[in-house]
This record gives sequence, C-alpha cells and structure tokens, in this order.
Amino acid sequence: MLRMAVPGGTIRSTGRRKSAAGCALDEKRSKLYTVAMLNDAAAEKGMGCGCYGSLYSGDLLAIVMIGSANMIKLTEYSKSGGCAAKIGPGHLSGILCSLPKMTHPQLMVGLDTSDDAGVYKLNETTALIQTVDFFTPIVDDPYVFGQIAAANSLSDIYAMGGKPLTAMNIVAFPVCKLDAAVLLEILRGGLEKVTEAGALLVGGHSIQDNEPKYGLSVTGVAHPEAILTNAGARPGDVLLLTKAIGTGVLTMAARADMFDEGVRVAIDSMRRLNKTAAEVMSGFTVHACTDVTGFGLLGHLSEMVTASHVAAEIYTKDLPFLPEAQNAAEMGLVPAGAYHTREYVKNVTFASSVADALQDLCFDPQTSGGLLLSVAATDAEKLLTSLRAAGVDEASIIGRITDKGAGSIYVY
Amino acid sequence: MSIKIDARGLACPQPVIAVKKALEKITDGVITIQVDNFAAKENVLKFAAANQCAADFQKQGGIYSITIHKGQGIEKDQTTETATENTVFLITNNTLGHGSEELGAVLIKSFFYALLEKEPLPRLLLFMNSGVYLTSENSPVGEHLQELEQRGVQIFSCGTCLDYFELKDKLVIGGITNMYTIVEEMSAANKVITL
Repeated sequence: MLRMAVPGGTIRSTGRRKSAAGCALDEKRSKLYTVAMLNDAAAEKGMGCGCYGSLYSGDLLAIVMIGSANMIKLTEYSKSGGCAAKIGPGHLSGILCSLPKMTHPQLMVGLDTSDDAGVYKLNETTALIQTVDFFTPIVDDPYVFGQIAAANSLSDIYAMGGKPLTAMNIVAFPVCKLDAAVLLEILRGGLEKVTEAGALLVGGHSIQDNEPKYGLSVTGVAHPEAILTNAGARPGDVLLLTKAIGTGVLTMAARADMFDEGVRVAIDSMRRLNKTAAEVMSGFTVHACTDVTGFGLLGHLSEMVTASHVAAEIYTKDLPFLPEAQNAAEMGLVPAGAYHTREYVKNVTFASSVADALQDLCFDPQTSGGLLLSVAATDAEKLLTSLRAAGVDEASIIGRITDKGAGSIYVY
Repeated sequence: MSIKIDARGLACPQPVIAVKKALEKITDGVITIQVDNFAAKENVLKFAAANQCAADFQKQGGIYSITIHKGQGIEKDQTTETATENTVFLITNNTLGHGSEELGAVLIKSFFYALLEKEPLPRLLLFMNSGVYLTSENSPVGEHLQELEQRGVQIFSCGTCLDYFELKDKLVIGGITNMYTIVEEMSAANKVITL
C-alpha cells in the first residue's frame, strides 16, 4: 500500500494574465474621469441624489483626472451591455404581431419587414426616416459608452440610405448610485458623434433608473427612391459587410479581463460611424441594406432574405473578424443573445467544415456593427475598392444572394 | 482538490469567469459548477474544452451541473502523487559514510529514523553489498525498516550480496531481487539516492 500524500509546492497558476502591452481595460480605467466639484455650491445646487437639474450648467463642474481613485466600472451597473441587451427576435416578433398593422399611403417602411427605421414619404423628393435605439453600458468609460451608443443609433439612418438631421437623447440613470458627472461624460460622447454625423442634437428625455441606459432617437431624410430596406435583395447580388464581426464576444471578454488587444480594436470599431460607408454606397447599385446589430450577422441576414424572398450563401473564410474574436468565442465568451438568435433563426444550414467558434460568431450580437449590403454583382468589386479607398478598411465581400429556397441561408 | 461553484442566477460571462478563477487555483482536480441557463452551460463547456479540460454535465429541473476535470483529475491523482515520490534509495553499506565505522553505525540508525519523518516517503529501498546486513537478523535498524515497509515503502535486498555474506536464510525485512531488477528500478526512478 502506497501512502498518499499531497505533493507540496507543485501548485502553480496556469492562468497567468497575459502581459500584453497596453491592457486596453486598464488603460480605460486609468482614463476614467472622476469628478471633483470645484464649487461646493454645485453640490447644493442639486447635483446629488434625485435631481440633476443643473447638469447642463457645465461651468459648475470641473472634470479632472484623479488617477485610480474613486474609479467606476460602468459595465458593473448592467447585466448585459450594448445590443446584446436586445430583446430576442423570437420574443419580439411574438409581441409585435399582436399589434394592429399600420397602413397609410405615405408610409413606406413600417414594422412588417423588420427594418432598421420607419420611413414616411413627405413628398415626391423627401422621405422622413425615424429610428430609436438605446442600451446599457457596454464599456466602462462613460464618454466612450456615449460615443458607441450614439454611433449605433445613427447607424439605422445610414442603413436606410439616409442622412441624419436631428437627434434626441434618451437617458436612464441611477442618480443615487452614480455621480452626475458620469452622465455628463456619456452625453458629451454622444454629442461628439451626433456632430460628426453632421446632425443636430435638439433635445431629449431622462428618467431615474437602476441601470444606466443611453441612446438616441434620430431623424433623417432621403430621397424616397434612395431608401434602402431589407426587402430589395435579388438573386445574383453580392453581399458586402463593412465592419469586422466580434464586438459581442469581445465585450464579454472585456468583462472577463481577457483578450485586451481584441477589446481595444472592438471599442474603436463600435464607436466608428457608418457614415463613410453609407456615403460611398450611395453611388452604387445597392438593392438592400441593413446594419448588423443585436441579432448578429445571420439574424439580420435572415431578416433580409425573408423580406426579399431570396436565399443567401455566406463564406466564412471571407468574413472579417475582429482580432481575438475567434479565441474569445472558443473560450466560451459567447453572449446569451447569440444562443437565443441561433435558436430562433431556423433557416440556416452550416457546412460541417465550419468550426463551432465561427458558427457562434455568425450569431454574435454586434453593437454598432457594420452595414450589410446586397449589391448588384457588376458593382460589387468597384464598391469594395471605393469603400477601402475611403478608409472602410474591413469592408469585405462575404457571400451572395441566390434563389435556392426563399429565406434560406447556407454558410460555408 | 475539488472546488464547487454556485453560479445560478449569474449572467454570462460571470460563470466562465468563476471557472477561470477556479482553474487558476489548481493544477489537478475537479471543479463542479451549477448554472441555470443554456448559454452559461454552453460557455462553461467551451471554456473547459479550450483549456484542455474534460467536462460533462447533468441537467435537473432547469439547473445544469457541470463537472470539469483539470490536469490528471481525481482518478489519476494517485499516479501523479506516486510520481512525485518516486525516489529510490540505494544503500550499499551497513554503516553511513567513510572515516569511522563506529560513527557510521550511529549515523545509519539516525538516518533511517529521520527517513521515517520525511514526507513523502521514498518508493523503494534497495540494499546491496554490506547494506544487506540492515535487512537481516540483528539489524541495528530493523524496527525502522519494518515501519517503513508497513507504511508502503518497498524493500529489496540483492540476492548475490545475501549469498556472499551467507545471510539468505537470515533475511527478515523485504524481498530478494537481482541486478536486472535493480537496474530497471533505478532507471525508472525520478531520483536515486545512493548511500
């Protein structure tokens, strides 16, 4: 009989933190703004709990960097961030279908095609595009959260082929738990993107809530004939995607303090407007367009092929992925939303050669994702070249539209 | 080493983070985690696979119990531990060291006394040349060797040596072995200490 003894001194940590240069999160944290009230009167003027009436009188606030003290981690105030917080398509369609359908001669795009925005034809030359989008914090830095939420909201106008004109803030904020200056940073980040889009911020509405939430209601315009919907894709079209996939898994990675490099690139991607891509595509024969957000690439493509009564093929070897997105998916950092969409979208067939991680990424909920374009085959290469030349570096041809079974998607 | 985690009610990626932390704490062992949603179950299984850990799960009433085996896991713990204590002592003399026989006789007693206190114990003691006096009748360290044997240490004496000293009939502790086995045992050991 051998006597069993626990070998001492052999326990080692196999999960050492990567010493990747420049941990994105740590950088973010160190950049987090904490706020000092330079004027005590500011506190008395109602910056505390229950009121943020003086929020816009910015002269009372000074925003200073105070190193690591009093830092907040915005994502800790929400369970799921960004578009991953969306109500699943299964739940949503079940609810929406029980509402009476709206019809009107001037209504060009309503609820029925699962489009990004509603479109109302004002006259022969102008259609009004309206959208609203808001979500819980997806990053810890409030300014960056504001940027991302705004870019995401504005994207719906671009996805319809329009140009944003005006925007309004939608704010939910735990005034008792978070300093009002955090909200100011969120709003400043949002305003920067509204301005970059060439639109005007004209108002907003805010409520007290346990979880912070932010987004925009955006109004835009387009020529009625230039409106792009989910419904125009034609067999033979080429599918083009303008941003890399993986913000969902990498947002999870950020919460798990993993894949710093991928997280950093994902954040840059999420706060980038789809403005340039939309401007470039307006010169080409684009038949259908949507932006890839909470339902992931295949969820949104499914809406497109269903509305267009066509089928689609996707080639995973051509899909642009954010750095480390595949590693994050392999590590089980897949948002719950990806599983929900996968369960709901039944018309997808994967070739057996497509790795599990790639399948997961095809459903990865994107926040402020790229535009998915169905473009005439003759224009596809030219459009791709123009997009790349304009700085839309991740733009890629990812598949094509076919007539092999309306509503079906085949992934190779 | 086993760790239990209750991750019910936690949204992704919290269950995965909990498993990650637990895996970092141990080299070998089993982690059991309970989660209450499909996504968390799938993600924990993926994380385990990505970290070369075997995992399986059971579902009961909406709760998934996932078992993750890290390293050799529990079943193979014994071989792991044996490997770490796979030390062989080769004792070639009935006293310890050179210089004074009288001193050497005292030292060999205190050596085996000290060896009893050592954790983990060696796997095997091999006695050669005059060392075989220690495993035979009237051994000055008989008590110590018997205790070592009772605690699982294997003890063997060289047959040729016992013959040479005419001790074959007087062997009282352990078995008899030959040079082939001795060479094999020494080669298979993680560490051989010769006295």
